[in-house]
Amino acid sequence: MKRQQTDKIARIAITIVAALVVIPIILVILFIIINGIGTLSWEFFTQPPGNGMKEGGIMPALLGTIILTFGTAIAAIPLAIGAAIYLAEYAKENRLTRWVRIAIVNLAGIPSIVYGLFGLGMFVLFMGFGTSIIAGSLTLGIMTLPVVISASEEAILAVPQEFRVVSLSLGATKWQTIRHQVLPQALPGIITGIILGLGRAAGETAPILFTVAAFYLPELPRSAFDQTMALPYHLYVISTQVPGMPMDVQYGSALVLLLLVLSMTLIATVVRTGMRRKREW
Amino acid sequence: MSATKLETSTPDVSPPVRWGEKIIEGLIWAAGLSTILIVALIFIFLLKEGLPTFLDIPLRQLFGKRWYPIEGMFGLASLLAGTLLVTAGAVIITVPLGIVTAIYLGEFAPPWQREILKPLIEVLAGIPSIVLGFLGWVALAPIIQNAGAPTGLTAFTGALILAYMALPTIISISEDALYAVPKEYRDGALAIGATQWQTIWRVVLPAAKSGIVIAVMLGIGRAIGETMVALMVTGNAANIPAFGADIMFQPVRTMTATIAAEMGEVAQGSLHYSVLFGIGILLFLITFAINSLARKLVGGESVRRKRTGF
Repeated sequence: MKRQQTDKIARIAITIVAALVVIPIILVILFIIINGIGTLSWEFFTQPPGNGMKEGGIMPALLGTIILTFGTAIAAIPLAIGAAIYLAEYAKENRLTRWVRIAIVNLAGIPSIVYGLFGLGMFVLFMGFGTSIIAGSLTLGIMTLPVVISASEEAILAVPQEFRVVSLSLGATKWQTIRHQVLPQALPGIITGIILGLGRAAGETAPILFTVAAFYLPELPRSAFDQTMALPYHLYVISTQVPGMPMDVQYGSALVLLLLVLSMTLIATVVRTGMRRKREW
Repeated sequence: MSATKLETSTPDVSPPVRWGEKIIEGLIWAAGLSTILIVALIFIFLLKEGLPTFLDIPLRQLFGKRWYPIEGMFGLASLLAGTLLVTAGAVIITVPLGIVTAIYLGEFAPPWQREILKPLIEVLAGIPSIVLGFLGWVALAPIIQNAGAPTGLTAFTGALILAYMALPTIISISEDALYAVPKEYRDGALAIGATQWQTIWRVVLPAAKSGIVIAVMLGIGRAIGETMVALMVTGNAANIPAFGADIMFQPVRTMTATIAAEMGEVAQGSLHYSVLFGIGILLFLITFAINSLARKLVGGESVRRKRTGF
């Protein structure tokens, strides 16, 4: 019968297309691991680049990315959790709340390079921070807000209503209920969202181009008002801006960045899975 | 409700005002509303630096073909064409791939495969764009050049990588859309003798149409805004590509790549500097329109359930 045949062909075609999606992902990761693993060594992680970046390690860039990630966390977490509590527990379904939601959706959609322009205009120039760790952290922090807000709101909403009802009925105030019942239950989900957001920020290049990243610095930053090297920008620089750059250093840097970001994704997934297992509701 | 009434009628037993809590709740309220303020600030600062673009350059010249900043020619047409070409290419690749993968995950894949594939797609979402740009630069571009293109750095190279970058979003939204189709539709179709493919093609996909439209829109939003991949692999040639069969295999320059490539070299306050912010204003407005519209289509309550940050 013809339509049975069509069904068979369609099944095969769909499977092939799914393979076309999945196989390149595996290839990309294997390709970087295979080409980069040989470069990884103690020196690669602990030495600064030398000889016009062609030798040595990535220490200042890696350290810069870690510093920026912490800065991003400080800038984003309080605001994001506050906004998530507002949306999940306090916001009424009115026009103001709709605006907040539209704002968050659009924050998530603004191109990363536009965040870079905003950071340049507001933090570097208007607030006078200059190209600095604080300007870069604030820019990345704002970019990270929508991811953390959405994940935290989801985690807070997932806490069963009974927890709130019982707490309130025992005489607790609304804030006591949130603080002692809702937030502890939602915490693993909030942490998952934070790690995912920070992982994304750690790998970003465009927002730090004009706000913090330095091509090469002979010294490590001394304060939050200094520039720093950063791993994503370093990879961009050594792969496109330095002629005659040895390939193994490029692959090694790409591998370290990939491992850094993917390990954060992995930790987030583990926290989430652990939370689902432990949960009693 | 009755509790509050009771309090107001007997004020002497009402609890004392907890000022600490009032302050905390005020801060939470402020944090929520700050999101609106931030979007406004982003737009205000883009305008502050970029407004001269639209005031000082005649519109005809601004949307002209020639982008030669050194000679004071700021025609955005070639950059718009580059962005349009790369974005259209990415969407044409990513949407069918994403929808079909979602169909495979939802309708055909056995549970053990889903257990592997879903985390793998999340991994794809986690790969930094600079790493994919690097791979495009060192690995994909040579392949495309060997295949016969005059250079490996083309609109197609960028479109292909951007398509894969958009896939996690597209797959996730398509899955939600397919999942939302009532089971009765499938059962009904299968019961009257349709094959599984006929059920999907004639019943499930049409019912999931609005979700698929949203997937297309968000794919566009993603691809328009991507910077580092566009900067590294699309060739950095601010020309309007010649129309023809090889239109996708010519080097182009996107709006995002132009900002990234030139902002480091311009004098602050110069017209060139303003125009780069002006391009930022256009990008902001385009993505704002797309995301607001997509959100409207998704409809109120379901939005907060999306994993994609959308």
